[in-house]
Amino acid sequence: MPNLTLGPRVRKPLHLHDRALKKLEERALTMRKDLITMLVEAGSGHSAGPLGMADIFTALYFHIMVHDPKKPNWELRDRLILSNGHICPIRYVAMAHAGYFPKSELMTLRKFGTRLQGHPERKKLPGVETTSGPLGSGSSQAVGMAYVGLLDRRPWRVYCVMSDGELEAGQTWEAMLFAGRNKLYNCTFIIDRNNIQIDGQTEEVMPLEPLQAKFEAFGLNVIRCAGNSIREFVSSVEHAHGVSEKPTVIIADTVPGYGVDFMEYDFSWHGKPPTFTEGKEALAWLRTLGGKIKSEHE
Amino acid sequence: MTPRRTQTGINHEAYLVRHLFDPDKLKQIPTRNGYGEGLVEAGKKDKNIMVLCADLTESTRSLAFKEAFPDRFVQLGVSEQSMASIAAGMAITGKVPFISSYACFSPGRNWEQIRTTVALQNSNVKIAGAHAGVSVGPDGATHQMIEDIAIMRVMPNMRVIVPCDSVETKKATLAISAAVGPCYFRFAREKSPVFTTDKTPFKIGHAETYRFGADVTIIGTGPLLYEALLAAQVLSVDHGIEARIINLHTIKPLDEKTIVKAAKETGAIVTVEEAQAAGGLGGVVAETLALHTPVPMERIGVQDRFGESGEPRELLENLGLTAPSIIQAVLTVLKRK
Repeated sequence: MPNLTLGPRVRKPLHLHDRALKKLEERALTMRKDLITMLVEAGSGHSAGPLGMADIFTALYFHIMVHDPKKPNWELRDRLILSNGHICPIRYVAMAHAGYFPKSELMTLRKFGTRLQGHPERKKLPGVETTSGPLGSGSSQAVGMAYVGLLDRRPWRVYCVMSDGELEAGQTWEAMLFAGRNKLYNCTFIIDRNNIQIDGQTEEVMPLEPLQAKFEAFGLNVIRCAGNSIREFVSSVEHAHGVSEKPTVIIADTVPGYGVDFMEYDFSWHGKPPTFTEGKEALAWLRTLGGKIKSEHE
Repeated sequence: MTPRRTQTGINHEAYLVRHLFDPDKLKQIPTRNGYGEGLVEAGKKDKNIMVLCADLTESTRSLAFKEAFPDRFVQLGVSEQSMASIAAGMAITGKVPFISSYACFSPGRNWEQIRTTVALQNSNVKIAGAHAGVSVGPDGATHQMIEDIAIMRVMPNMRVIVPCDSVETKKATLAISAAVGPCYFRFAREKSPVFTTDKTPFKIGHAETYRFGADVTIIGTGPLLYEALLAAQVLSVDHGIEARIINLHTIKPLDEKTIVKAAKETGAIVTVEEAQAAGGLGGVVAETLALHTPVPMERIGVQDRFGESGEPRELLENLGLTAPSIIQAVLTVLKRK
């Protein structure tokens, strides 16, 4: 085994000031609106997962990751692996907001000839690190990259977003064995713990808990946080950066469909988009923050 | 070089061994040894080459690389699915990973991971399938991978290579390490005749003619090619039939030109492989002939069944993969001509 103890250089502090937090929260809300619009236009795709992960993607793209939208292949960039490829619409929205491509291109999602494939493809869209969709293979690719990162003493980090249903795939645990054995502390796994999958509640389809104990048994550092709280998520990542013995898994408890009341907690929204009418209703809900404020368009 | 139509016998420009039919002088070495030697040489040339292995370091001959370059060897344990994707991640990050396991597990078990994370991403991963074919012998059907050619050649972006002896396996390993993009190649556990030399030409995607002949063409891939050479010798001496022998070491990208030319010039084809004839070399050649030059064809290969335990030679004979069966196939195909 090569000596994998020399690692990333000291990184920028992630501490989140109130003003920055407010801006991120506003960004997440706008991203949710764009997401609904693009899903209505596409006519197919996933709603619940992307809505639930909007806060985490906002935090990753606009606060945590070192990246340059103008240079998607920049060697020093942090790598964001999206293992559960089906929630790619939220990644596309985040990328468009960050400046990887024009926002207008979001309306081409899932259409013939688009770079925004139904499941993301590395060869189609610069900035997408891996092709994904078939569940379980993202974590393996992430640990492959992280291994090379430590071997070659590169400063970048790897973040791997995974779903909870995906943890039912055996390959995930092969990757965790590898991550634990090689102490890939430059790799952070982020689990979208929203408790739903296509056929129902994860704990009914195939129980996953106790998740924390499972990951700990594989030699990972485990942090559990509120996935729809940007502040909590950022501080979890900050914590992960501070652990140089083990890879970290952040189990982010999220609400599927977060922000749109009629989609929240409902597994039937896993794999379908809103219709035109539902989309209008969802946008109204997001604009008024669930009726708490008056929409500027009313 | 283009053979004249009258030319028969061994192609001297193929530089095969001098004592081709002398069993006492012919060396017997497993093709996997060529992989081990090729890896070390490739590793010296290219610092980015890494070797990943799923708990089969010695038997896949990855051991030599591990000893020469311990930092670039990665042990995965029995995790073939993860191994394919980990390699893809490494390839995306600039490395040239070779993944080594038995062909029945890689690409047998991890086919989807290879499809998505290697082929579709066009990542520079090399898949080395050891213990391919039925000649693994006593291990039995579970470990005798004979479907690999069929399942790998249908993948876009994938190259598929089947070297015929240890010398060619070494050349193939070096050529594969230099070629950018996904590649699958298979080799065997059992000793087999070393009948090519360092001077024998090898180029990915380019079939080599080892023997000239105008009556029939035998297209072979892998170690059974030697059986084809033996059969051609008997056919020439006993039956006055001059068989052309083509080494189709690269199943994909396919050298269609050489196949079509042979079909046109000899009018009958026999394929020889240690794999399922349907979908394997037999499938490839049948497709090519049907599209371009339909001529009578016979296929020596495994015929839609599994192997079983037994001594390698015993199995090859039982499955009809040795010289006598090839001779019979040639006589049959010539009747249909």
